[in-house]
Amino acid sequence: MASLAFVIAMINGINLGSIYALIALGYTMVYGIAKMLNFAHGDVIMAGALSIVVLVQQFHVHPVLSILISVILCVALGVLTEKIAYKPLRNSSSLSVLITAIGVSYLMQNLAQILFGSSLRSFPKVFHWPSMILGSVELKMDRVMTIAVTFLLMFLVLLFVYRTKIGLAMRAVAQDREAAMLMGVPMDRIISITFAIGAALAAVAGFFFGVAYGFVGPYSGSMPGIKAFTAAVFGGIGSIPGAILGGFLLGLAESMVKTFVSSELSDAIVFGLLIVVLLIKPTGLLGKEIRDKV
Amino acid sequence: MPHQSGTVFLLNFTVPGTVKDKLTKEWVSKMRFVKKGAFITMMLLVAMVLSACNQPTPAAKNVETKKDVVLKIGGSGPLTGAAASYGTSVKQGAQVAVEEINTNGGVQGMKLELLFEDDAADPALAVSAYARLVDKGMHVSMGTTTSGAGMAMTEEVNKDGFLMVTPSASQKEITRFDNCFRVCFTDPDQGTYAADFIADHEVAKKVAVLYDKSSDYSTGIRDSFVEQAAQRGLEVVSEQAFTSQSNTDFAVQIQAIANSGAELVFLPIYYQEAAMILKQGSTLDVTFFGVDGMDGVITQLGAEYADLAEGVMLLTPFAADSTDEKTVHFVKLYQTAYQSTPDQFAADAYDAVYTITAAVKASGVKSLDEKDFNAKLVAAMTEITVEGVTGTMTWSKEGEPAKSATAVVIENGKYVAYKK
Repeated sequence: MASLAFVIAMINGINLGSIYALIALGYTMVYGIAKMLNFAHGDVIMAGALSIVVLVQQFHVHPVLSILISVILCVALGVLTEKIAYKPLRNSSSLSVLITAIGVSYLMQNLAQILFGSSLRSFPKVFHWPSMILGSVELKMDRVMTIAVTFLLMFLVLLFVYRTKIGLAMRAVAQDREAAMLMGVPMDRIISITFAIGAALAAVAGFFFGVAYGFVGPYSGSMPGIKAFTAAVFGGIGSIPGAILGGFLLGLAESMVKTFVSSELSDAIVFGLLIVVLLIKPTGLLGKEIRDKV
Repeated sequence: MPHQSGTVFLLNFTVPGTVKDKLTKEWVSKMRFVKKGAFITMMLLVAMVLSACNQPTPAAKNVETKKDVVLKIGGSGPLTGAAASYGTSVKQGAQVAVEEINTNGGVQGMKLELLFEDDAADPALAVSAYARLVDKGMHVSMGTTTSGAGMAMTEEVNKDGFLMVTPSASQKEITRFDNCFRVCFTDPDQGTYAADFIADHEVAKKVAVLYDKSSDYSTGIRDSFVEQAAQRGLEVVSEQAFTSQSNTDFAVQIQAIANSGAELVFLPIYYQEAAMILKQGSTLDVTFFGVDGMDGVITQLGAEYADLAEGVMLLTPFAADSTDEKTVHFVKLYQTAYQSTPDQFAADAYDAVYTITAAVKASGVKSLDEKDFNAKLVAAMTEITVEGVTGTMTWSKEGEPAKSATAVVIENGKYVAYKK
């Protein structure tokens, strides 16, 4: 029985970790390249998930098409936010940018509340996935899909960053902004692309969040946003593999603690673990290698 | 803020003519600012004078009240926010009763009027909603819709001495003052009655509890349920909790319940989380059993998932499909007015208005200005019997109603009396 519970906790943890990792990627890439903590990133998940709900329920858009539209909307949102709120502050102190990001986060939450109401909205059925039965474990297809798509997207992001010219430019900006500009790297465009990728990943995370939990409201993005930020710090902020590792570890830790220790104290214990890790390794798990910083 | 400081500046400072010539550029701009402040101050003064003129003089007010004596009943509840369904139901249920009573000639020669304010289920907003109601001339209070918002507000009601009959605030302490009464059951009572009902009707033997540890409402009901379950020979095989910080992912709790072999899951929680649990636990082969907070779960699930609510049971003294004559009548009135079926909150509010009316009749007060108007109403509360849509009720001095509890089961999206 205990091993069965362990298997289920593993599946739940990896599923949760996938969502965290997708969001953490956005955090860590923006931090690495634009050198700022975009605290409004969590709310992009909410924007993505809510837009699917609204598109399907109010405009009767086909669910699959609604996912595509939500990704496009989120990319536009991410890029516009950067252009309007963050770009004018590019040379300001990091504190001003941080406060602005928090302001943008509240703006998005309250805007969503005004536009769509404050109540939680039921997430539509997008795919009619059956469940798989593996022995005595019931494996929901949406879990499998979440994990599979997450791995695919991560692979694509890594490919993009390490195997394309734009990716090279991104890494160059991350390493030394001035030097990169002197070499002719269009910094503004690179930062825009970074925000666009982060927002697209967040939109996908928002979709899986809606599928996993069934309901979405204007504040649904804040908690996963904070957790994903934690995951990014855990793995070493600025490092792409670090964000992926941190996301999965955080999801697994949360699920394990909930299952075997206490469902009410899980957050306290998980964040406690984080503090211990950061005390031992202040740069996070993979934060040391500055070469990998993107 | 800036023009405020400008105003203060103007009031305490006059510029002598000789100095004027020496003003630097900076001073000129400052003075412009001050002038703007002066203009705003003047506009404010004018507005204040005008609004003072608009207020009816005492004489005019008397003439008005002689025409039609209006007894104003004031209540508040969440019309926005996560619990908006409760406040809306209460407002509409009360409005139906008020209109019906007025059509039938009012009470003691007085017409009724409902004043309803939004408090977003927030304690601070409930106190300011109450203050607005007092300003609007409320005579009797319906309190708040939700308990959490009502605790601070009842302090104010007690100070002012109004009779308060809350339809749905179920926390025990809400009626701690002599002038506070309620129509619904208290939280602990709901837990006890739920355990009794499950045992009496042999709904299940092995039960699990899934509750919100961060909510007084939920833990209160859970405590009394577990206690009564033990006395009635029900076996609580699993107790799972969550908090308001961790109320999106229930996978772990649902798995634990599945492993425990429970036949029934008791959910002393609100409909938002209940709907999530129904969605995430759709593969669980158990009966879900809720209390008044479960009311609204069908709407929350939405049309696409409404079938998940099928077979869910909830403890409620009101079932909209009951063939009881009063209920049929109320449901018809409500449906005509709002094109929706009333839930328990609407029924509680309907009964609350009738309870207030009964107290007014029994107290024998003849006018609103009567001395000890409030005290007479409060005294009458323990003497009246109200045959409402939520049952036949009498009240104890403590403010608690005595009525019987039943459970309903959701069938085809409707509440149906439970039969076994």
